[in-house]
Amino acid sequence: MTLDEILASLFPKGHEVVLDHGLLSGQGRLPGGAAVTVIGVDGRTAVGIDEAIRLSADVLDVVKRGRNDAILVLIDSDSQRMSRRDELLGLSEFLAHLAKCLIVADWAGSHTIGLLYGHTAAGAFIATAMATRTLTALPGADPAVMDLPSMSRVTKLPVEVLEEKAKSTPVFAPGLQNMAQTGAVAAVLDPTMSLAMQVEAILVKPAESADTRDRLGKERHGRPKAADIAARVYGLARGG
Amino acid sequence: MNSVLVEGKDPDATWWSAHSWFGASARERVRGLLDADSFEEFIGPEHREMSPHLSLFDLPEQFDDGMIVGRGLLDNAPVLIAAQEGRFMGGAFGEVHGAKLTGLLRAARDIRSMPVLILFDTGGVRLQEANAGELAISEIMRAVIEARLAGVPVVGLVGGRAGCYGGGSLIAGCCSAVAVSEHGRISVSGPEVIETNRGVEEFDSKDRALVWRTMGGKHRRLIGGAEMFADDTVPSFRDAARRLIKRAPPMNVATLDAEQYRLGKRIERFGACADAVDVWRSMGATEPQAIPALAYEEFVALADRLEEPALDAR
Amino acid sequence: MEHLNYRHTAQQRAPGSKRMALVGVVASGNLEVLVERVLPDRVCEVDIRTAAAGFGEIWRLVVADFVERRSPGGLKLSINDGGARPDMVSLRLAQAVRAIEGERL
Repeated sequence: MTLDEILASLFPKGHEVVLDHGLLSGQGRLPGGAAVTVIGVDGRTAVGIDEAIRLSADVLDVVKRGRNDAILVLIDSDSQRMSRRDELLGLSEFLAHLAKCLIVADWAGSHTIGLLYGHTAAGAFIATAMATRTLTALPGADPAVMDLPSMSRVTKLPVEVLEEKAKSTPVFAPGLQNMAQTGAVAAVLDPTMSLAMQVEAILVKPAESADTRDRLGKERHGRPKAADIAARVYGLARGG
Repeated sequence: MNSVLVEGKDPDATWWSAHSWFGASARERVRGLLDADSFEEFIGPEHREMSPHLSLFDLPEQFDDGMIVGRGLLDNAPVLIAAQEGRFMGGAFGEVHGAKLTGLLRAARDIRSMPVLILFDTGGVRLQEANAGELAISEIMRAVIEARLAGVPVVGLVGGRAGCYGGGSLIAGCCSAVAVSEHGRISVSGPEVIETNRGVEEFDSKDRALVWRTMGGKHRRLIGGAEMFADDTVPSFRDAARRLIKRAPPMNVATLDAEQYRLGKRIERFGACADAVDVWRSMGATEPQAIPALAYEEFVALADRLEEPALDAR
Repeated sequence: MEHLNYRHTAQQRAPGSKRMALVGVVASGNLEVLVERVLPDRVCEVDIRTAAAGFGEIWRLVVADFVERRSPGGLKLSINDGGARPDMVSLRLAQAVRAIEGERL
């Protein structure tokens, strides 16, 4: 689906979402009446300090308006911007701030839903898609922590060897299927059906206040230990 | 535990004051930071909860998977503590490693009365478990924010061999406050990654001075990425930890608003600077090129004088 | 990964009352030794996991020498090896025993 098709399927009655320098911003209303603020990254744009600061501003506006509008985060991004300038100015703080805003917005009553429709990687992935309460994706989306050729350079293992190992585990290689199995992606949406309906269904379900991705990863056999280890440490820390 | 005895030294105060934070193991840092004999570890090495993924790559495991979590006393007050071993797999986040910290932070959120200290020493995500590592980082960030929303100070300490890179730097960015030493580096992309992706003109990863000016402890203290600059000793980090716990800002919309303003102002003021020296000159340093060579006390005095306003942000 | 295990009779029980200790780090050229007081007084076991396969004979000799010198009765020593040389292994084994005996220099 193209971005326009996605927006049309989300907001059949129209929307005010605009694309500017690779960033999405604007409001829409779902058929059932719910107001939604859209933020996002399009065109595989890298997320640097200039992008992050604009995205976080939009998220904060929603919170300050106080209407509990849902926030939809549409993503087709590159990784974080890799540059001297961005690191010099403290990119980590800008990306963390964006994630904080999304997490606090959700806590304050604006259900945050990620919709991954293209690529994303590494720090951009963490600060956008993975900072939402419910991360969904469209088939064909390709999230990654790191692409295999780069992983090959760093680990000094040939790409073919990595590809072979990736057949036996979803825990390291890029791809939507792996992100779903490890618990990062909650659901893959059906592009042949109304996206609005599918998003409304998510909004209508009572929101889980806990972060259940580790449990999801265990159920789907993608992360066998995380949920149990976290639960055990939690119990030991509280028990003493 | 007892790795301090490896050095054959008695862990009394004199020894700790001479012992480098940078050179210490994670276990030595935890023991040195907390009140004597107060540390109780959760899922310690004897439980052998190791990575289920490293054997696929024929890589050795560590009994604690490079992450130590537990509870202890700091000046007689209970704290929760987590420390990464930077020499094991570069301190990188794997499934078990990350989950230990996630569980600790969720407990902190619900206990409400114990601050959390995170002793960062990490290159980021462990590639052999990349997706689990990335998820762990994301879950940890959420748990840090939830703990802070419950009023719990979460303080980060950065001064180890691996620095605080990648997803680790994003977790640090979520903390109430961060203390960093000269050895510490905080950055999303590492020098080699920037060079590989953008060329040596963009970033010469072999230029150590450039690396430290751009990502190192002194620059982070000056530009506001860290609230305190610590000396490379355990007592100095202990002092920083206790101060930062006390002055931790709340997590709420007002704080985020202040942070939005602070970061926006930073781009306005320094967005056109080519190098850290230009940033420092802009801040009012009369001899910015001399800053990297400044000794601890002089640097701390200079940083206190020049520091960017905190603005109730973070 | 190779898994090696050596069980020995020790001359005497390793003194002290500490239940366990840990020395070292799994890094290149290094190793960690987890030592636990879990065996009968005259029994010693060394359990090794290493990515460097084919050095069983050297490990056997290093361990035998260590048991001879140190008499680590009652101790199980579990090793995760990061590719350490024999002298480093001997050092860590000795440190592990000193640590659980509670010795301070």
